[in-house]
Amino acid sequence: MPLLEIENLSVTFLTGGGQFTAVDRVSLNIEPGEVVSIVGESGSGKSVSMLALMGLLPWTATITADTLRFDGQDLTTISKKQLRQIIGSKMAMIFQEPMTSLNPCFTIGFQLSETLKIHMGMNRAERKKRAIELLDLVGIPEPEKRLSAFPHQLSGGMNQRVMIAIAISCNPRLLIADEPTTALDVTIQAQILDLLLTLQKEKGMSLVLITHDMGVVAETAERVAVQYAGQQVEKQLVKGLFSDPHHPYTQALLNSLPERSTAKILPSIAGVVPGQFDKPAGCLFSPRCKYATDLCRTTPPVVASLEFGRALCHYPLLAGLPTNYPEEVSA
Amino acid sequence: MKGDVVLEAENITRYYKVERGSFQKPAILKALDGASFQLIKGKTLAVVGESGCGKSTLARLVTMIEKPTSGELKIAGVNIITADKKVLGDLHKKVQIVFQDPYGSLNPRQKIGHALEEPLLVNTTMGKKERRDAALNIINLVGLRPEYYDRYPHMFSGGQRQRIAVARALMLNPEIVVLDEPVSALDVSIQAQILNLIATLQEQFDLAYMFISHDLSVVKHIADEVMVMYLGKPIESGSRDTLFRKPHHPYTRALLSATPVADPFRTKERIVLRGELPSPIAPPAGCTFHPRCPSMTEICRDKPPEPYDIDGCMVACYHPKTY
Amino acid sequence: MTETTMQEGIEEGIIDSRPTGFMADLREFWSYFSENRGAVIGLFFFIAVVLIAVLANIIAPHLPNEQFRDALLQPPFWQTGGDARFLLGTDAIGRDMLSRLIYGSRYSLFIGCIVVSISLVVGVILGLMAGFFRGRVDTFIMRIMDVVLAFPSLLLALVLVAILGPSLINAMVAIAIVQQPHYVRLTRAAVMTEMTKDYVTAARVIGVKSLRLMFITILPNCMAPLIVQAALSFSTAILDAAALGFLGMGAQPPTPEWGTMLAEAREFILRAWWVVTFPGVAILTTVLAINLMGDGLRDALDPKLKRS
Repeated sequence: MPLLEIENLSVTFLTGGGQFTAVDRVSLNIEPGEVVSIVGESGSGKSVSMLALMGLLPWTATITADTLRFDGQDLTTISKKQLRQIIGSKMAMIFQEPMTSLNPCFTIGFQLSETLKIHMGMNRAERKKRAIELLDLVGIPEPEKRLSAFPHQLSGGMNQRVMIAIAISCNPRLLIADEPTTALDVTIQAQILDLLLTLQKEKGMSLVLITHDMGVVAETAERVAVQYAGQQVEKQLVKGLFSDPHHPYTQALLNSLPERSTAKILPSIAGVVPGQFDKPAGCLFSPRCKYATDLCRTTPPVVASLEFGRALCHYPLLAGLPTNYPEEVSA
Repeated sequence: MKGDVVLEAENITRYYKVERGSFQKPAILKALDGASFQLIKGKTLAVVGESGCGKSTLARLVTMIEKPTSGELKIAGVNIITADKKVLGDLHKKVQIVFQDPYGSLNPRQKIGHALEEPLLVNTTMGKKERRDAALNIINLVGLRPEYYDRYPHMFSGGQRQRIAVARALMLNPEIVVLDEPVSALDVSIQAQILNLIATLQEQFDLAYMFISHDLSVVKHIADEVMVMYLGKPIESGSRDTLFRKPHHPYTRALLSATPVADPFRTKERIVLRGELPSPIAPPAGCTFHPRCPSMTEICRDKPPEPYDIDGCMVACYHPKTY
Repeated sequence: MTETTMQEGIEEGIIDSRPTGFMADLREFWSYFSENRGAVIGLFFFIAVVLIAVLANIIAPHLPNEQFRDALLQPPFWQTGGDARFLLGTDAIGRDMLSRLIYGSRYSLFIGCIVVSISLVVGVILGLMAGFFRGRVDTFIMRIMDVVLAFPSLLLALVLVAILGPSLINAMVAIAIVQQPHYVRLTRAAVMTEMTKDYVTAARVIGVKSLRLMFITILPNCMAPLIVQAALSFSTAILDAAALGFLGMGAQPPTPEWGTMLAEAREFILRAWWVVTFPGVAILTTVLAINLMGDGLRDALDPKLKRS
């Protein structure tokens, strides 16, 4: 049984200019002990879908889903109180900005033991022991001393380690990492990613890694879901995604990476991600897609079969070429 | 290969005084501690390093927002430290900059057209009509629409703003453009657009670029020469091909191995560095990299290594990897 | 090659028809402003006060200083003994309350405008200099402002008026000086925030000189908090002027200034409630309306709350 089942999750926001669909029918299953990456550009709804899952969205958001089940529990029907018990203990999240995710007014030790107190009901001595243990686990030198440090006294990388320590303090079954390394330097990023993967293996957690960096995806994830403008456009194993992308967006995105190109001029994707007011009628990617036909521009595509990576496309790609394509295509 | 040298820096440094209250002596922060390089017409020098390595200070020195504490900085053959005011004014026009954050680099109360015309307004005697034509011309050149002339920056996406920032930098026909992480705040698909724009413009106007970045895959794509910096000092510099194929300095190698590569089939040597960047106020003695270096020995702790030539690369290390 | 790559950037097919220009800005401002009901009410009340002040000689039934010897301390018309000639009654020497209040609005608005203009202009210049040049200039200006702030504001105004001599003009100058530090501090803080932004550096690299940088590049971006402060201190100025008038240090009788009217009527507070109440209500409602409007302005102009 999957640890997390999401089926047709949609999130709409009430904005000044009307309803805005940030996440549009996204489905995702996560097995225990798996590393899944959600990749997409800004505005693709990758963070929003996970925040919706954790009930962390503001009141302007409306969440609908056919299935939203975590560890056998239906998240759509349980009470707020029950949800709070799950969040932070069985399901934890870390964020992009380590400097602002920690409360600057309290010490590291206090913030760590707060979680332990609420979810584990430990007494003071136990909490201190466990806090030191956790800091040691995430590779913070001299953990006893650091307990009384304030967040501003530590570097970004160290704060992110503290965030991870807080997140894993109750041995969660699912850890959601929202761009955990974007704000960090490259060498620190490597350390943090290594740490996340080691912890994931040791504890048998599932890890959801939200990122925009294809390099990070390639080096960490087992399965990838690609999102574009709120929709899930492709779901694949990581190797398949990089060798044989099925959705034109994935293909174009990979081609536009500087490290995968040899020419001086990169094959870039023209235009920008559609916003709230200029959503096209058919496929959302059609204005920027080089394969787009009239059908793409008028009719929203349906999800393709599993062998096509569940690509949301009328003509899912196979070995770099569209299938069932009406016109002659030259490679 | 040998083109016109438009900028020459010889051992330039920039120190800041950091006040530490009334009772302590102010500390000296060595933001940049001895860098030498050249910018060549039509070529790109990439400056690579992590936060606090002095790359932004370098950008401020090259664009003449600040003067170096010591060393020699020559732009178009003129030493800017000794040059008089009038010559400096002319030199200012030759060096322009594009910033990382496209949201902060445009004045929110200034229309795009005015932002583009401002360089001409304050530096030339061009008439209103001429300025407008020049602005419209450049709007077209960077791939924007002419009707954007009357818009305010908040109506644009990050990529479009970065195009505008590039356009503004080109208004005075500069010879040198400093690109301070121009694509790191952008989405992947937009990043490629801007990189292409930058590359085409370089070809068209024969610009010398100083491309500051922390992203090695972008640097590998766009650079001709690369300079890797660590704590205010260049530790390795050389042509892109040599540096990426045969990195000598342990830090360069660690940086290369830490950069994620979008290829799940590749298995690569992984050097994960211990620890973090030390504070630039109290840098370690000797080689500043020694506390994190995997091949550190006694001598690294005592004396900072002088850069010397290995296979065409300048390397500052006692124990470089040789090939 | 150049041609093709340039074309790719031009976003064809995406029509961007969002309106631009001053009217669009105004419309956007109104949509944010009108979300706040109190602010809209305040705005309309304020407009009404302005209209009354402008049209005072048409609306007012009598001249403000015209004395009706036959009607001393006449109550408002709805009370027994009231007279329809004097809708809000008369004061101790038979002047029509309503007319005096109507003419008084002129003084209040005049005081507000002058005080705000003086303190805004001087405050912006000093604050801009302090925030832009920093160092000694900054220390010098800010320490003076600290000294001004160290006195209780009304007391300082009183001392200044005592030195300059009691009159409406001197009262306004005194209030403007007392309010100065708020503008200086606000401008300085805003300028310091803006100075760190990249667009300021970009302007310097372009070659923009200090004066243009200060007034054309930076200042427009600091205006939002200043406008709010101006609106709020408009009401403070009216209040302070009324207080000075009440203490006999502001406008001198027989000027129909609201505060002075209050002072004159003090002794009748038990015998003729209307002589004291109406000037007080006028001050209260006007100040309240301006404050509500200021809150709305802050909401509408605060870029942090704005989403584009």
